[in-house]
Amino acid sequence: MNALLSKYPEQVEKILAKYPADQKRAAVMPLLYLAQTDENYVKQQSVYEIAEILDISPTDVVSIIGFYTLFHAEPGGKYRIQVCTDLPCALRGADQFLEELCASVGVGVGETTPDGLVTIERVMCLAACHRAPMFQLQGDGDIAYHENMTVEKTLALIEALRRHVKTGEAAHD
Amino acid sequence: MAKMINLTIDGHSVSVPEGTLIVNAAKKIGIDIPVFCYHPKMEPVGMCRMCLVDIGRPVVDRTTNQPVLNPDGTPKLNYGPKLETACTTPVAEGMVVDGLSEKVRAARKDIIEFLLTSHPLDCPICDKGGECPLQNLTMGYGPGSSRFLLDEKMRLAKHLPLGDLIFLDRERCIQCGRCVRFQHEIVDDPVIAFYQRGRALEIMTNSEPGFDSYFSGNTTDICPVGALTTADFRFEARPWEMKSSASICAQCPVGCNTTLNIRREARANGSMVIKRVMPRQNELVNEIWMCDKGRFAYHYMGSEARLTSPLVRKNGELVEATWDEAVAAAADGLRAAGANMVGLAGGRLSNEDLFALQQLTEGQGGKALLYSYMAGGEMTAALGMAPGSNFSDMGAGTVIVVAASDLQEEAPVYYLRVKQAAERGAALIVINPRETKLDRSAAHVIRSRYGEEAGMVAALKPGGRVPDALKDAAEALAGAENLVVMYGSEGLGLEGSAALANACAALVKASGHAGRPNSGLIGVWAHANDQGAFDLGFRPDVDLPTSLAQAAGVYIAAADPAGDTPALADALDRAGFVVVQELFLTETARRADVVFPAAAYVEREGSFTNAERRVQRYYPALPVRPGTLPDYLITAQVAAALGRALDVRSAAHAFAQMAARTPAFSGLTYTDLAKVEEQWPIVGRQDMYYGGTGYDNHQGLGVHLPLTGSFVEGQDAPSAPARPVPPRGALMVYPITRLYDRGITVTPSTLLKDRLSGPVLRLHPQTAAAFNLAQGVETHLTLNGVTAPVGVQLDETLPQDVALLPRSVGLPIWEPVAITVSQPSAVNDAGN
Amino acid sequence: MTEQTTFLLRHRAVPNIDQLQVYRENGGFEAFRKVVTSMQPADVLAEVKSSGLRGRGGAGFPTGIKWGFLPNNIWPHYVVANADESEPGTFKDREIMESNPFQFLEGLMIASYAVGANLSYAYLRGEFWQIAHGLDEDIAALEAAGLLGDRLFGTDYSLRLRTHLGAGAYICGEETALLESLEGKLGQPRLRPPFPAVYGLFGKPTVINNVETLANLPPIIEKGAGWYKSLGTEKSPGIKIFSLSGCINKPGNYELPLGTTFRELIFEHGGGVPEGRTVKAFMSAGASSTIVTADDAALDTPMDYESTQNVLNAPLGSASVIILDDSVDMAWLVDKTVHFFRHESCGKCTPCREGTYWMSHLTHRILHGKARPEDIELLDTVAAQMQGKCLCALGEFSTMAVRSGIEKFRADFEANVRRAPHG
Ligand SMILES: Cc1cc2nc3c(=O)[nH]c(=O)nc-3n(C[C@H](O)[C@H](O)[C@H](O)COP(=O)(O)O)c2cc1C
Ligand code: SF4
Ligand code: FES
Repeated sequence: MNALLSKYPEQVEKILAKYPADQKRAAVMPLLYLAQTDENYVKQQSVYEIAEILDISPTDVVSIIGFYTLFHAEPGGKYRIQVCTDLPCALRGADQFLEELCASVGVGVGETTPDGLVTIERVMCLAACHRAPMFQLQGDGDIAYHENMTVEKTLALIEALRRHVKTGEAAHD
Repeated sequence: MAKMINLTIDGHSVSVPEGTLIVNAAKKIGIDIPVFCYHPKMEPVGMCRMCLVDIGRPVVDRTTNQPVLNPDGTPKLNYGPKLETACTTPVAEGMVVDGLSEKVRAARKDIIEFLLTSHPLDCPICDKGGECPLQNLTMGYGPGSSRFLLDEKMRLAKHLPLGDLIFLDRERCIQCGRCVRFQHEIVDDPVIAFYQRGRALEIMTNSEPGFDSYFSGNTTDICPVGALTTADFRFEARPWEMKSSASICAQCPVGCNTTLNIRREARANGSMVIKRVMPRQNELVNEIWMCDKGRFAYHYMGSEARLTSPLVRKNGELVEATWDEAVAAAADGLRAAGANMVGLAGGRLSNEDLFALQQLTEGQGGKALLYSYMAGGEMTAALGMAPGSNFSDMGAGTVIVVAASDLQEEAPVYYLRVKQAAERGAALIVINPRETKLDRSAAHVIRSRYGEEAGMVAALKPGGRVPDALKDAAEALAGAENLVVMYGSEGLGLEGSAALANACAALVKASGHAGRPNSGLIGVWAHANDQGAFDLGFRPDVDLPTSLAQAAGVYIAAADPAGDTPALADALDRAGFVVVQELFLTETARRADVVFPAAAYVEREGSFTNAERRVQRYYPALPVRPGTLPDYLITAQVAAALGRALDVRSAAHAFAQMAARTPAFSGLTYTDLAKVEEQWPIVGRQDMYYGGTGYDNHQGLGVHLPLTGSFVEGQDAPSAPARPVPPRGALMVYPITRLYDRGITVTPSTLLKDRLSGPVLRLHPQTAAAFNLAQGVETHLTLNGVTAPVGVQLDETLPQDVALLPRSVGLPIWEPVAITVSQPSAVNDAGN
Repeated sequence: MTEQTTFLLRHRAVPNIDQLQVYRENGGFEAFRKVVTSMQPADVLAEVKSSGLRGRGGAGFPTGIKWGFLPNNIWPHYVVANADESEPGTFKDREIMESNPFQFLEGLMIASYAVGANLSYAYLRGEFWQIAHGLDEDIAALEAAGLLGDRLFGTDYSLRLRTHLGAGAYICGEETALLESLEGKLGQPRLRPPFPAVYGLFGKPTVINNVETLANLPPIIEKGAGWYKSLGTEKSPGIKIFSLSGCINKPGNYELPLGTTFRELIFEHGGGVPEGRTVKAFMSAGASSTIVTADDAALDTPMDYESTQNVLNAPLGSASVIILDDSVDMAWLVDKTVHFFRHESCGKCTPCREGTYWMSHLTHRILHGKARPEDIELLDTVAAQMQGKCLCALGEFSTMAVRSGIEKFRADFEANVRRAPHG
């Protein structure tokens, strides 16, 4: 049984419809995003399912996960806070922001909070150089930018995420 | 004829066909441009940047379209600002390629230095040491010492199993992608790929079992460093310690040319052992590839369990005897049997062995039988591949029909060759009752029902009324310039096979292509030399049990009918006097009156005739195991004792005799078989980085037998047998062939043990449900007198109402049978 | 009516122009209607050629000429919008797609008509997830409004647009890597030739244009090539969005005619450098640029393709100007850029894969007080030995800041080395 297909039949169909019928393979990236919706990483089972839908080898699917940084083969936080510390952001204090954020949250860069809620990561330029410090939040099948950030605002966001996971209350608009 | 282009490389003029890449043009005149990622069998990718050269192109005056000349009259050249990759740049008229300049030398040194920043340089413990392009090129072009700090080098996994056959050393990998491209492009088993990116790039697999491909061993040949090694050979020996001997793979009817690397070993009490089997180039047969069965299943020949003394039955017991005793006993028995004698040969015997057995049998007035579930070798002899044929030449205009064959399982390298011909434009028509990998390369897939393949083939014949479903295929066929028809043994017994062979032969004949190069009929036989046996007059027998049971004398070589099925064991028990020549004490040997220990084929010379009817010679690699003799010599001794002297002192003598008495071989000599000519691409020389570590061929490309005799349609199989109808409540089981079966030439190789096919019934889920069978649930099956547990595997791609069972995996099946299924005996936990 | 001064960032002048209705009320899709109903594809191509529009994705190649390379005997043709925008310091395409999306889409549609494409893609970097979803809605709105779909405006021309998201790989901005990625493969550059114009998406002739390039098309069609040429310089006509970032008071996008000086951008528009510091240097094309010492001559250089290259020996690229004030340690900066390229190297070719790795080891050592004096030279040599050997431009880009940084600011590197115990 193909769980991805049975859980998201319309999405899968919509994704496949984007590409010529003889070029199904092109749908591998959107399908990987779809597979990441729930747990923010791609499970081995999903690898097989995507391979089956597209008629390619599971190895080739895993290869794609490995190349692109927004796909995750291993579980991390339910949310990933990805702080840009590339040159332009760094010129506006991004490295310091990241350091302070990590200290406040109590995790190192690349680490996940003990409750599995967030992983804080360092990433390359996100095309938001004029609004540093900034990060993107990956989770719930979405990627959202948070710009001109402070550590306080970020901690509040993390709290809101925590509540959201517990109660279903909206974390951000 | 392609247009010829003239250019200069390192000061030498060269003229090559349009479209040739610079690297190949250089190679043709003996100039080595170093490469890592480029491989002449694959599309260039220009990744490693090792092959950088300086290229000058003549300046052309736009107005006159004439080359601009220097004051001294030479054409003015325009050199680009950058060096260019010779592996991706095609030649152009008047081009000047410079691979010797200081700029180029510096660039090569730079690239080597880059490659070495992450390379461990552990040559002394590397299997590739001594035949490693990186090592050689470092010597040739590399910097004297590394400017990269050693302690900053990446430390990566060095013994990473990609599966049970192939290991990866991540530190040594230079990310050239040859292995990945080989698996994707050449084999279409995309089971290894790159993971991560940048310096973190690594080779990985996600297949189950790991590196799941019948061709995985080839990646270790073309890997230009010691990153990929076989589990069989790694850490076993250094290349320079081993001797090489040319051989032919005996595992299937392709007849891949091989080189056996051998060494004297203390572990083997100082005797010579085979350390590895490597492909040897024959562009007409296997190019530079071979399959993993051929590469890894050689261990049986070194087995301790081999017979090393003649045995003679005394007081009901087989006891050791001297050769003289045994020969005398055999002769006595056979003499008494007289003309009521059967000579039964297995298809792994060489031509020389078969000839001797045929002579003995004929001398006695007996019947020469081939132990085979496939028929039609006389038709492939009449209408087979015409001399001059070469799969490499097939492309647009050629139609290839493959009927009733899971080609990759039955003859892996034929799968590669047909696939590649299809990629070059040949139209492939696949006629098979179920999906096989070959379908992916096919232009037309015709799904016959089991047992109806012959009918489908017949329907394609020009002039007939073509059913709609076959129209496209028939049209393609009608327009063919060349026609190759291959038939295999999927789901067929001897009768079905005869009918199919007959239909295929009729198609070849009716198409009018018979006798032309790149046209003809190929039987995808079960053994290396089944075709040779047909050419020497051996024929399969539809009623083998009766023939054996009624014979007063039976002489069996290289076949184990009693081990295969109780019916034949029973027949042998009832037969009169039985002589057996074998490697092992098989069930058949146990029933013999006299048993002769045979030498393994690699211990003596000989020749095989492959399915295309190319006769190829192999050479002794090991000394004859003490106590054994080559089959032809054993047979000759018995024949002599029977008063029929065969002049077969050596294999060469045997071959000469055979050539003198067998029309197809007329005029052929061992010397002819040993002839070679220049092959392209160049492999196995100093420049191993170019084509890999496969061996160059100095020992013979073999000779294609001329077509013999004539074919009369229907002569050998007047009509197709009716598709069997199972009795009510019974299930039809069809035999299929799997590459890794459990034959005696496979099981001794422990490396393959996890990949061997087992007694597993494969059927469609609905069929399974109808018979109360479920995946993972073991059931007991009684088949041809044997009851054994079988597994169940559901497969939605299979047709309904049939079950498939591999041959030679424990249950006797050589033709379709109807079975009744007993209730499941054990239930595993559900859900898998 | 005041003279219109924004042609690309029109949302700054017209509120809610990201709504289809508002965009149409302000003349939106008239250019597209005009080309489809009253112009032959060849006329569109001629108009764009004559406007002198050059690609805004970095290379500055004339757009009309590029379109002209597509063979007319291989079909279908595709247009792919390059919305991968990942060069550090570049954030202009994002603003267009976020706030003025219909102008971008209209440009993509005009380009599609011009080359006869019936299906075109916008390849967005994966991080532009929400932008892509916005575009998907906009595309749906266009289909509903009959501006996309079959037989547009009653003609034979049909067109469909699709978005495709990357997933975090700078290299996918390189056009052939982008195509590979769009085909569902690793984003590694292809060998060229064949060029995408002949062998592009799914092996078919393909035009790849930057978002900003495409956004220029509606005004060009609407106002004519002559109008466009009247802006900018002779060889670099028209307008350009400059992304200004780094040590600057007012970072952001500025839409200005090509040929505006760096000085004007930095001091008039960007409000100068904070805290009374001075401009030490700048980079004209993001992390891929050479480092330019900010002397008067440099500041007075016009920002057009020729002047930047010829006077400053720096590319204009996508015009992402990063300002570096006198507090910036150039060794630190080079470590940042090298780290970026090492992280983004696809790994396909040896010099880039190994060179960026090696360089980052060296800059790391230098920056952390562990370098030997000869390491500065070694770093420069490694960069030099990469040059001219890489498969695509990424590898070359990675050497720019390294070589120019060492050449112009060696003292910064030496100061770091002196901190080392053996320095
Ligand atoms: C490493 C690399 C990254 C690139 N990234 C981008 C990018 O993010 N966006 C873009 O439009 N062009 C980028 N380009 C340039 C494209 O290859 C291509 O030239 C451009 O999309 C063509 O569009 P244009 O003619 O409209 O400028 C990049 C090139 C290289 C070598
Ligand atoms: S394992 Fe060998 S063949 Fe494969 S990429 Fe590495 S160096 Fe090349
Ligand atoms: S780039 Fe030519 S051989 Fe690798």
